[in-house]
Amino acid sequence: MTDDRPAGIPPNVPGYGAEQSYPPLHQATDAAGQPPQSPPDERSSRRTLTDGEWHRLHPATPLLRGGIAMLAIVGFLIANLRERLVEIFLPGAGEFDSQEYDPLTYVWEHGFVGLALLGLLIVLLLVIGGFFLSWRMHTFRVTDEAVEVRSGILFRTHRKAKLDRIQGVGINRPLLPRIFGAAKMEVSVAGQDASVKLEYLYSRDADDLRRDVLTLASGVKLAEAGVAPRPTVGPAGVESPTDPALTRLVTERVNEFLAPELDPNAAPPESVVRISIGRLIGSTLLSSGTVFLIILAVVMIFSLVNGQFWSLFWFVPSVIGFVSYYSSSVMKSLRYSIAKTSSGVRIGFGLLSTSNDTLPPGRIHAVEISQSVIWRPFDWWQVKINKAGLSAEAAMNGKGNTTILPVGNLSDVAKVLELILDGVSAEALHVELSSAFREPQRSGFILAPRRARWINPFAWRRTGYAVHDGLLLFRRGVIWRKLDLLPLARMQSIAVSQGPLERTFRLASARAHTVVGPISASLPAIGSDEALRLFERVSLAAVEASAIDRSHRWAEKGVDA
Amino acid sequence: MTHPEQPPLPDDATALNTYPGAEPALLPRLPEPQADGQPQPAEPVENRGGPASDAPRRLDLPHSEWRRVSPKYVVVDLLGYGITAALVLIAALVMHVALDQRWIWWAAGPFLAVCLISGALAPRRIRSIGYQLRDDDLLFRRGIMWQRLVAVPYGRMQLIDINRGPVARAYGLAELKFVTASTATGIVLPGLPVEEAEQLRDHLVAVAESRRTGL
Repeated sequence: MTDDRPAGIPPNVPGYGAEQSYPPLHQATDAAGQPPQSPPDERSSRRTLTDGEWHRLHPATPLLRGGIAMLAIVGFLIANLRERLVEIFLPGAGEFDSQEYDPLTYVWEHGFVGLALLGLLIVLLLVIGGFFLSWRMHTFRVTDEAVEVRSGILFRTHRKAKLDRIQGVGINRPLLPRIFGAAKMEVSVAGQDASVKLEYLYSRDADDLRRDVLTLASGVKLAEAGVAPRPTVGPAGVESPTDPALTRLVTERVNEFLAPELDPNAAPPESVVRISIGRLIGSTLLSSGTVFLIILAVVMIFSLVNGQFWSLFWFVPSVIGFVSYYSSSVMKSLRYSIAKTSSGVRIGFGLLSTSNDTLPPGRIHAVEISQSVIWRPFDWWQVKINKAGLSAEAAMNGKGNTTILPVGNLSDVAKVLELILDGVSAEALHVELSSAFREPQRSGFILAPRRARWINPFAWRRTGYAVHDGLLLFRRGVIWRKLDLLPLARMQSIAVSQGPLERTFRLASARAHTVVGPISASLPAIGSDEALRLFERVSLAAVEASAIDRSHRWAEKGVDA
Repeated sequence: MTHPEQPPLPDDATALNTYPGAEPALLPRLPEPQADGQPQPAEPVENRGGPASDAPRRLDLPHSEWRRVSPKYVVVDLLGYGITAALVLIAALVMHVALDQRWIWWAAGPFLAVCLISGALAPRRIRSIGYQLRDDDLLFRRGIMWQRLVAVPYGRMQLIDINRGPVARAYGLAELKFVTASTATGIVLPGLPVEEAEQLRDHLVAVAESRRTGL
């Protein structure tokens, strides 16, 4: 298995000194005290990382995680010794003045060369040993219950993610690890910053490991005894027992940079939604940032006309800032795709650094479709979600990949919603969405009464709610048209409130509480008795929906049946 | 709370009941909420969502018995206001008398006034705090001016805290705090007698456990 060494790793990379000990990944490191469950010959031809024993990570892990700093130090030293090196290899070519005093001259003149070399050797050995140890001590395992990671040399840490609490599994391949053939996998569970990170896995193992972890989490046993043939019972029944993974992965390994971001075998092509580059660029340019930029430009033209040439000093940098912002946000969403795989919805994007998240069924707590007034002529919409396992700051900063469709038309939106919500069909949703947005009076929404115009003068005609198919829908906003869809089975609580002004007009506001995220679902100024009806109806429906919800082990009943 | 000075809004359905002769044709079309995605016949928006009868303006659920918090909590609450107000008053007096800083009353005066008004409304406000244990969820309400009504399914409760401050402890009261996966739920039930609080907690933990599903 020495040919597993990823291309591009120089042979002297620390950590690869452990080459001979790496292949038997499946042997328990024995700290767990568990008997080895599977003799090697019984295993399928692939290594199985989900056999419940401790495995090591990619050998380049210490280098990728902390060793970059050391490379920088080496680079710094080389840059400082450049003149001396030039003098050594090309005598007379450099302007190195050997009379100048520096530590190297001192060492040379006092005959400490041997000592200095020894010191250097010791330091190098220590560093390599440290890397090797940290690689040896950094192990993970996947059992039927949890994903666990142990790391640290002196201070050991042990993190555990319970499988039935998994909210999603993301795989990131930043550019440098990608060159090394490594990938970062993040198993997020409910709770603030409670994710378990597997940094770094072999890139080719990552996708399979994720599928296996999610299959285990779905309640389907990979196998009884820990031997792991391919699961034959997937939620969608698409997995065949003989997996072409080996050949596919080898090809992928070679062509990784050329390969499409989404493996075409992973999802039925009709379920895939993509974004064309033109639409992506157009939607980025038509953002509120551009409006701001235009205002800036007008201000600048005025000040130039008035002879205030210093205004260029702030205008040019801000244009540069905007251009870099635009290009980075376009680059980030390039090769976007969302598709239904056997273990959940997979959202992937990125050109050089790729990233993809898989969300198992029933992990989405709220969905919001929104459209700014600038996008309206183009019928462009954006879809965001709330999911558990996101820290509050990350949710505030828009991190954590909560935008699952950066831009798309209404039929794309309906397709995406069909993927991420259970039990709704794209056609029905498309009809409902277009009527909700275009002719609210004719939609099935229960709208705010006319007296709401005193409080909500522009949007009152477009404020309303609907409850059906286990979903609560809130429609609001004029400049920013918004529609929130909340799966009742995952709503935390519902509140109605009324301030003195609202009471004067017999109005009230409703708000549905979900886990923290970019969406806060609220409905301003609806009739107060209507709000009470909403309250009663939704609180009843939420209880019913969560009583029949089985998404924490979403495929279990498929096995029982 | 009635508003006799407020004329009935002409576009309200109540107006139809008050003056049934005025627009009788509209009466049979009063709303039955339909939300099954089927387009409804076009009807004037203003007739939908209006009260079907002479509905009270305040948010309250029909046929509901609210359980109140202990009246003793009024004393605890008032003591809290009193102590704060006394400290501010002393500080302001010191500023005035010892340092001759008259302007301090511009800051302390409004603060004391707010304390006074809040204290005066405390009995009313505390009477407005109520909860209900229904079959599958907990209802909570509070507020007079700003009313709030929350429903939490039992299965959604992640944990339940009992807090006891020094003054509340002297009166044998405790505060129950309900935590769900959402930070916005925000249910705090102050002023429960300790035994009731503990019983309630044990009951809620038991029902939450029996109804728990995923997150």
